[in-house]
Parts: sequence; structure tokens; C-alpha cells
Amino acid sequence: MMASFNLLVAVCLGYVAILFAVAFLADRIAATGRGRWLRSPLIYTLSLSIYCTAWTFYGAVGYAVRSGLEFVTIYLGPTIVMIGWWWGLRKLVRVGRSQRVTSIADLLSSRYGKSNTLAICVTLLAVIGITPYIALQLQSITLSFTTFSEADPSRGWSDVSSGLWVAGGLAIFAILFGTRNLDANERHHGVVTAIALEAVVKLVALLAVGIFVVWGLAGGVSETMARIDASPIGEWNVDPGRWSAITFLAAAAFVCLPRMFQVMVVEIDNERHLHTAAWAFPLYVFLMSLFVVPIAAIGLELLPEGTNPDLFVLTLPLSQGREDLAMLSFLGGFSSATSMVIVASMALSTMLSNHIVMPIWLSWTGSGASVSGDVRSVVLLARRVSIVVVLALGYFYYMLSGGGAGLAAIGLISFAGVAQMLPPLVGGLYWRGATRSGALAGLAVGAGLWLYTLLLPGLGGFLPEAVLQQGPFGLSWLRPHALFGITGLDPMTHAVMWSMALNTLVFVVVSLISLPDPVERLQGAQFVDVFEHSTGLRGWTGYVAQSEDLLVMAQRILGASDAQALFQREAKRQGARGTLPEPTPDFLQRLERNLAGSVGAAAAHAMIAQIVGGSSVSVEDLLAVADESAQMLEYSSQLEAKSAELSRTARQLREANEMLTRLSEQKDAFLGQVSHELRTPMTSIRAFSEILRDTEDLTPAETTRYAAIIHDEALRLTRLLDDLLDLNVLESGQVSLNMRSGVLAQVLEHALSAALAGAARKMIVHRRPETENIPLHSDLDRLAQVFINLISNALKYCDTEPPELTIRVQSQGGKVSVDFIDNGSGLTEEAQTLAFEKFYRVSGEKAGGAGLGLAICREIMQRLDGDVTYLPGQGGGAFRVTLPIRDDVKVA
Amino acid sequence: MTGRHVLLIEDEPNIIEAIRFLLTREGWKVDSHTHGGDAIEVVQRIKPDLLILDVMLPGKSGMDILQELRALPEYANLPVLMLTARGQMRDRDMAERAGVSRFMTKPFSNIEVLDAVRDLLTQTSRS
Repeated sequence: MMASFNLLVAVCLGYVAILFAVAFLADRIAATGRGRWLRSPLIYTLSLSIYCTAWTFYGAVGYAVRSGLEFVTIYLGPTIVMIGWWWGLRKLVRVGRSQRVTSIADLLSSRYGKSNTLAICVTLLAVIGITPYIALQLQSITLSFTTFSEADPSRGWSDVSSGLWVAGGLAIFAILFGTRNLDANERHHGVVTAIALEAVVKLVALLAVGIFVVWGLAGGVSETMARIDASPIGEWNVDPGRWSAITFLAAAAFVCLPRMFQVMVVEIDNERHLHTAAWAFPLYVFLMSLFVVPIAAIGLELLPEGTNPDLFVLTLPLSQGREDLAMLSFLGGFSSATSMVIVASMALSTMLSNHIVMPIWLSWTGSGASVSGDVRSVVLLARRVSIVVVLALGYFYYMLSGGGAGLAAIGLISFAGVAQMLPPLVGGLYWRGATRSGALAGLAVGAGLWLYTLLLPGLGGFLPEAVLQQGPFGLSWLRPHALFGITGLDPMTHAVMWSMALNTLVFVVVSLISLPDPVERLQGAQFVDVFEHSTGLRGWTGYVAQSEDLLVMAQRILGASDAQALFQREAKRQGARGTLPEPTPDFLQRLERNLAGSVGAAAAHAMIAQIVGGSSVSVEDLLAVADESAQMLEYSSQLEAKSAELSRTARQLREANEMLTRLSEQKDAFLGQVSHELRTPMTSIRAFSEILRDTEDLTPAETTRYAAIIHDEALRLTRLLDDLLDLNVLESGQVSLNMRSGVLAQVLEHALSAALAGAARKMIVHRRPETENIPLHSDLDRLAQVFINLISNALKYCDTEPPELTIRVQSQGGKVSVDFIDNGSGLTEEAQTLAFEKFYRVSGEKAGGAGLGLAICREIMQRLDGDVTYLPGQGGGAFRVTLPIRDDVKVA
Repeated sequence: MTGRHVLLIEDEPNIIEAIRFLLTREGWKVDSHTHGGDAIEVVQRIKPDLLILDVMLPGKSGMDILQELRALPEYANLPVLMLTARGQMRDRDMAERAGVSRFMTKPFSNIEVLDAVRDLLTQTSRS
């Protein structure tokens, strides 16, 4: 007597109702904060069992029938990960928790600088890879339904409509419990508890069938072993390449599958649950696989040929009339399928809504910046729609593929697809140098190869037969199953080897040649060194930041060089060997003080607390704060520049003032000199004119002498005034030059006669007239004035009797120099430097001049493009006048 | 009042001649010196009753000579008539701080000079 179809439906509905109730209660209990058992390691371990889907529940037996013990690899992979890489999982979990990631796409995008491009790629890869897998689950449920309904011909039951019902029901369950919480980041206690229950059901079901088979049908363990040995399954036929490939795939998928990531990382309550899971999950998997071979062997023996081995778990009890056991088995398969679909659709919907739907919605509505409560409901709606979309995709895939045997292989193909995420995931956790470009490039290459070598050929019909046989465009080295001419490998091994190898290679190479941006660098540090400072309990709650993070932030605030100098100083103070100090409270305090100087104490404290305290503020927020303070810094450095400019101006003003003061002093000194020079002759004039006026008994000689003095002093006064006016005109540049052509000899002749005429002393003058025939174009009168001055000086100051003057003319390079050298003792060194200053007079000398002569000479010569200098070392007073020769006349 | 001895330190020969003419006619003995550098020694050698001092002198300025003289106890009260051609207020202040007895700006009137010399010599003889 077969179970009636109605009963089956009723049991299903009842079972689902129980699941609903469990999930609902668990959510309620969790919401009240009670129910610690909800967060026990047991529940966590059981929730991991969604790894065992209907594919493994039913399919493992079929796999064993077809390929012997190879099905073990599917369990071996996760077991190796759990036992051999639990520390890696712990890191993954720590990173996932500390970064508050919502999915594997979120994790990878977060690691590689919050790149949404990467998130979209991962999401698409996951959807492409998982959709057939969901279809597989729908198929298993409808197949098991069909198996029962065959016994009840009264019902018109089609696979397609049952698939639709199943998909719809699962969508409702997933929506109700996967998107119940308003806070989309909260964990889903209800769903996790429900799938834990399902995990128990499927284990119990499989164990029950197994025990029935071994002890009820085969008659004991030894009997069973004998039967197994007799069956083809017993043949030990291991292909090491394929075994290691599939073991690797299973291990990779265990880590990378979105649903596994969901329960393992997102839903975890306590990192320590991993310790329990590390042994409990392998135990669970062991129990799940314990009876696979006996069921397969006995099923092959007892059931008629042609029976679908994928359903032995169901058909074997049925064939023995054990409907209760079959029903339990059915529920086990149903549990496997539903738990997988629910969690997978939840995980995929999170990825779809977060990385594809929401960005599009936000850019459409243009409200990317403002996050209101409104957006939250949109997020939930997006997730619900995404769940429906994912299940609809699975359903349509199932319909299109026709539910054929092709689906059976889809499990491994799916694994191979998600395994492409492994290189960026592991690289991201252990290698700071991994970059977004590397991850994207590796993923693209890996996913492309996976599509080309595995998914498309596997689907049949997508690639023309010609391409499979001869390669595209006849390029045999591009044949999907024999890339680069490597043949003889089984297609799965071939695809895994090429896609994973090239994925990893491209990922590493591109990472090495590309540079990470600041967010990537910071995130890389957060990921790779997540344990570095978070193991010890130092009073910081959560996750203590790495010094590098602090450095990144400090650089944004203090400027790169200042921040690096500060960190180096601190490292030296701590005696650390590198340039990064340990984030000791002492150091943090000093850093905070430094930052406070730029951004204020409160902001500095908050920023350090956010990095060090591992608070949930995102890195982007932090960097935004840092950027703002960088702007403030820029502003303050502008202020600094302004103040520097002010002090520069002040200094210039001070210098100008000093110069004015100096000029004023010079002017005072000059006026004092002028006053002195004017008053001195006036004093004599006044004194003697009063004497002449008031004294009656002057001798005629006295009268004549005093009148002569008055006359001389009056002339001196006039000369002085002339000189002063002359100098003023020359200095102010208002002098008008009377440029004429002439010959040097004539000018000298004129000057000599003017200077020597009527002089009290006779002076011998030495000349060489043949050198003086130099054509000039100059103000000849001014030039003569200079010569007269120099000759007169020689006449006045030469202290040798009789005075002699040598006039020496030399022309060279368009210039002529005229030297006036007397036979006196010359000027002292001090006098040489002062001789051309105004009012300078050789000390003690009273020659009637005001000391302006040489100053005037220098002014004149500079106006005439020449110069007059003292010529030391000539054995007497010596002055040299240089001036340009008229260049249009050759020297004769 | 006769027989009084005046030392004139002045670098302008015509001014020396004028002052010498005026004071000699009054019966005073006048010595002159034209250089500032050795003026103190000349004062110490001649031991005048009155010193007439020009400000702008070659070698050493009249201001410095006055300061150095006043630093010597025996010349603390020597009457000093200072003549300057610079005619700036600053010079008068400096001279008074240095302890000048009388300060006159060139050109002077002969009567003023004679009165000043007479005053200064009278004060000295009374003290």
C-alpha cells in the first residue's frame, strides 16, 4: 500500500508548518534576548549542514553507483577545511564580523577597496553558478514527489507544476524568514534554527534508511560488507587527478558558496563555535556518508535494473513496503532541498539587492547620499524581489533543462564556478599586495575559462559540436576540453586545473603590477592583520587597529611627512625595529594629542577610538572625516602662509624703515656738511667785514688783507654753491649732455691750460702727444671739467717739490684710459676708498675746496659711460679716467 | 683781566685770524691749533684759561675733545666756548650734555664772541 498523494502533501505542509513555527518562535525568543541555546555551537554546526543538499542526500548514492567511492571527495573537501584550515575559517569569520559583511560579494568588495564592480562580478558569477544548483534542488523535490505520485495514478501530477509550487513555497518561506527583520544586517535566528532542525531530520532520515538497509535488509555489517565487495561499487578505482580536483573543488566551494558563507560567517554568533564545528561538522558529514555505499550496493542488488540510483534512498524503503521510512526519507530529502534553497536564495538576494538593485535604484532616484528609513524598506523590498527572481531563475532553468539527467552533473560544475572566488578570497586574507585589479582580472579569466570549458559544454547545445571537437574556428588548441593541446584529462579536472591555475596566476601577476588605492591598502591591512592586535585582551573591546591604519589616518590629517616622522619617532621611543610603533595606550595618547592639534580633541579621540575600538563606522566614513580635516589643514596652512606673508611684509617694512632712517641720517650728515661748508666761509666774511666796519685804527695793509679774505671766501662760497648745484643736477639725472666729436689731445690741452693758469705752484707735466690722438664723441666740456679737477688736485695735494704730473693715455678694446699720476705720496688706503665720497677732504688739508670735486667727477664719468677710479701702486697720487672711443673712427 | 690766556682750536685759517685779531685787541693772549687729534695734549701743555673749540675738526671732533677734557679732574671747570658751523639743535644738546660752557653757531657776530669770552673769563676769575 503506497502512501497516498494527499497524505504526502499533508505531511509536507505539516512539516513546513512546523518549520514555520520553529522559525517564528526562534525569532520571537531571539528578539526578547532569551534563548541562549539558539546561539549554541550545536545550532551553528547543524546550520553548516546546508552543505549537504538534496544532491548529496539523494545524489550521493547515485554518485556511488556511478563512480564508486568518488562521492567521498564531496565530503572530504569540507572535512579537510574544517579540520585542517579552521584557523583560516576563524580569520574569515573574524574579518567578516569586524567588517560587518553581508555576503561573500560584500567581503571581496570590502577587501578590495569597497569596489562595487568586483561585488557585481562576484554576484553575477554566483547567480550563474548557483541557479542550476537551485534548479537541481527543485528537481529533486519534484522527482521525489513523482516517485510517490506514481503510486497514486488518480492524481494528474506534472513535474512542471509541482516545481512551480515548490519554488513558490520556498520563496514565501525565504521571504518570510530571510527578510523579516527590519534591520537587514541582523542575523536570522529563525531561519538558522529551522535549518538546524532540518539538518537533524535529514541526518536521522539517512541514518534510519541506512540502519534499515544494513540490519533490516542485508542482515548485519559483515553481510553488508560482503555484498558491497560483490557489487561494482567495491572496485577501488581511483583517478588521483580527478580525486584531488574534486576534493579541492568541494573544499573551495565549502568556503566560497554564498549559502555556506551566509551560515558560516554572516550568521555566526560567536567565533568559538568554530572550535566545536571543527570536529562536529566532520562527524556530521561522516554520519551522512556512512550508509551511502551500503544503500547503493543493496539498492543495486534489490531494485530492478533501470531504477534511478539517485532515488535509492527513497525507492528502497518503498520497495520493501516501509512507507513510514520512505516518508522519513522523503522528508530528509525535502529538508535538504528546502534548507539549501532558502539559504541560497537569501544569500543571493542579499548580494543582488545590495550590489545590483540598490545601486541602480539609488542612482535612478538620485538619492545616493541621503539614507532615510525610506531606503530601509526599499532594501527589504529589493531583497524580497531578489529572492523571487533567484527562485524564478532556478525554476525556469529547471523547466528549460527539462529535468534531465544533465542536472546531476550540475553540482560539481556549480562548485567549480564559485571556486573561482577562492584566489581573491584567500589572497585577500593573507596577502596585502593583492589588489582589486588583480582580483577582477583573475576572476574574469577564471570565470571565463569555467564558462568555456565546463558550463557551456556541459549544458549541451550552447556550444556547437564542431567547437567541442575541433576548437573554435578550427583552432584545436582552443578546444574546450583540451586547452593548449593538453588531452587525456577528464573534463572536470581539465577545467579546474586551467581555470584555477590561470585565475591564480593572473590574480598574482596583476596584483604585483597594479597599485592599491588608499581604501584598498587600508582594508588590506585590516583583513590580513585582523588578528594581530585582537587576540590579547588589553582593555580595547573588539578589534584593535593596526599601526598602519593609524598611519594612514594620521597622514591624511597631519600630512604624510609629519605623520611618518611622528610614527618613526614613536617607534624609536618604543625601541621597535621597524618604522611602525606598537599601538600602546601611551602611543595612542600621544597620537591623539597630535591629531587634536589639527582636528580638535573630540574629533581626534573619536577617530582613534573608531580605528582602535573597531567600531562599526566604515572606513569610508573615517576617510571622509580625515579628508575634511585635510581640507581644514589646507585652510590652516593657507592661514599660515598668510601670516608668513604678513611677517615678510613686516620685515620688508622694517628694512625699508631702516633704509629710510639710514637715508635720513645720510641726509642729516649731508645737510650738516653743506651747512658747515656754507657757514665756514660766511663766518670769515662776517667776522672780517665787522672788523672792517668796527675797527677804526686798521693799517692799510690790514684793510687790504681782510678785504682780500672776504673776497676769497665769497668766491669759495660761490664755487661751493656751483658744485652743489652741479652735483644735484648730475645726481638727479637732469643733466643735459652736449655730445660733440673731438680729439682727446685737444681736451687735455684745454684742461691743462685752464688748471695751471694763474696757479701758485709750477708743475711739470709729462705727456706723450703721439698717444693722445684719440677720436672721442662725448660731452667735451664735462670731460675737460673732470681733467681740470684731477690736474688741480695734483697741483694742490702733491707733497713733492717740484710737483710733476704724468699723463698716460692707453686705448684698448674700444675704450681709452687716461691716467693722471703725480710724484707725491698718494692717497692712504682709507683715503682711496673715501676719496669719491661727498665732502671728503684729505685730512688736515685746506685747499679751499668743499670736497665735492671727485664726487662730481665720478658722476660726470658715469654719465659719459666711463668711470674714474683711483689707481693704487703708481708711486704717487694716480687717477684713471676711462671712456669709450668714438667707434666710427679708426685710431690713427 | 689782562694776561688771560685763550686757546683756539679751529681748522679754518681765516677764522683763526679773525678771532685772534679780536681777542688780541682786548689784551688776551691767543694760541691756536688746527688739529683735533692732539688737542688734549696741546691743552695740557698750554694750560689755557679759556678754550674756544670748533666742532668739525680733522682728527677728532670737538665733541669728543670736550668729553675727554671733562673726564679729566683738572679740566672739569675749564670754560669752553664751542663754535659750530653745523647749526643743528642736536649738536647743542650733545654739547650741553658734554659740559660745554657756552655754545655758539657760526657765523657769529664779533661782539657776541667778545662778550662770551669776557663772561667766561670773569666767572672763572671769580670762582
